[in-house]
Amino acid sequence: MNPLLLGIFKRDMQIAFQQKAELVQPLMFLLMVVTLFPLGVSPSPETLQRIGPGVIWIAAILSSLLGMERLFRDDFIDGSLEQYTLSGMSLPAVATVKVLAHWLVSFVPLLILSPLLAMFLNLSMDMFIALMLTLLIGTPLLSLIGAIAVGLTVGLARGGLLLALLLIPVFIPLLIFATSAVDSAALQLPYHPQLAIIGAMLLLAAAAAPFAIAYSLKVSQN
Amino acid sequence: MWKWLHPYAKTENAYQLCVTLQPWLWVSALLCLAVGTVWGLAFAPQDYQQGDSFRIIYIHVPSAMLSMGTYVAMAIAALVGMVWQWRTAYMSMIAMAPVGAVMTFVALFTGAAWGKPMWGAWWVWDARLTSELILLFLYIGVIALYGAFEDKQQAGKAAGVMALVGVVNIPIIHYSVEWWNTLHQGATISKFDQPSIAPEMLWPLLVSLLGFAFFIGAVTTIRLRSEIVRREMHRPWVQKLAQATSENS
Repeated sequence: MNPLLLGIFKRDMQIAFQQKAELVQPLMFLLMVVTLFPLGVSPSPETLQRIGPGVIWIAAILSSLLGMERLFRDDFIDGSLEQYTLSGMSLPAVATVKVLAHWLVSFVPLLILSPLLAMFLNLSMDMFIALMLTLLIGTPLLSLIGAIAVGLTVGLARGGLLLALLLIPVFIPLLIFATSAVDSAALQLPYHPQLAIIGAMLLLAAAAAPFAIAYSLKVSQN
Repeated sequence: MWKWLHPYAKTENAYQLCVTLQPWLWVSALLCLAVGTVWGLAFAPQDYQQGDSFRIIYIHVPSAMLSMGTYVAMAIAALVGMVWQWRTAYMSMIAMAPVGAVMTFVALFTGAAWGKPMWGAWWVWDARLTSELILLFLYIGVIALYGAFEDKQQAGKAAGVMALVGVVNIPIIHYSVEWWNTLHQGATISKFDQPSIAPEMLWPLLVSLLGFAFFIGAVTTIRLRSEIVRREMHRPWVQKLAQATSENS
């Protein structure tokens, strides 16, 4: 791997672990949103099992929106993003590395937290495995597509709410297939078709998104 | 092959084109809409099951088809702007956005009004309805993103990226009735070899569809004209135009 890209990756990881609050806060938000549902809807185990997969996925999408801005915001403000653009490095490659680092620090903790969420919402073992698989394949998609919108809104003073407006509609298909996979698992039905569709979306995004991210970063820096 | 298009990258030429096209578009739109709706609403035969309430298709189907068509046109304009660096392409993209959003809303509204007596519900979470609602959200996202930027040149580019990302939803809407087992009925008129609609019902629908298309074109040219004038206010030709208009009035 290119030493410069490796350097960016290491730098991003170090910064992320220095700003522990920013890492932990979206996770706490996720945990609290999930807690609201048994209290607000119904604590009965059957209801929780029925709505559980959707609740976890919706909470994951919402909490990811909170942490998404971190992808480029600081780099944009301190000017390092401009340096990357001017350095002659391939900007799509830089974007891919940054998205990878973002996924590792914001979604891998979510995967580790998911057994607890599954227990809260009374998911069966089959459903839990399906949920883990959908999160594993689906969350990189959140990072990749999210990065395009973050790239576009990074220069705006109040981009936070706009980011949610832009991204939620785009994430709906993912939500539909992911929760339908877990629902199939609950009925002991095969759920690899849904996983395959999410995987196909991920591959498409992995191929196209880095270029879109690079373009949107260029637009933001004019 | 595309050389004839190049002059319209200049805002002045694009403006003149709009001025030339606009009366033609309005005349065709009003003519087709009048013929299509009167024919469809008053003279087309009743449906043997739904009676008169099927007549909503003369509004619902054209608006739904063109809500998707307008989105595709927006995405093509965004791509043209990106590839050839045309400012007018971004301007026409953003001129189309609210028109398409209104079409999407009309399609959803007429669908709901028809769904209440026919399905017994204003709204069901069926794949076709949901994906059309997502289309409305995508339009809103593009418009909101465009509005958020001070620099409209940058705004056009950013909104263009978002419009292109949203294009993946278009085939989902189109095929939703085939991929999922939906309450919404399947395709009727796009099966050209053997349409499953009687010709005396089909013709007014096609005329009405054409009328909606001309209408969207007409509104878009108005919006494009004002967009060009607003963005090019400092140019001599716009100032001359403004002077001429104020002297005439």
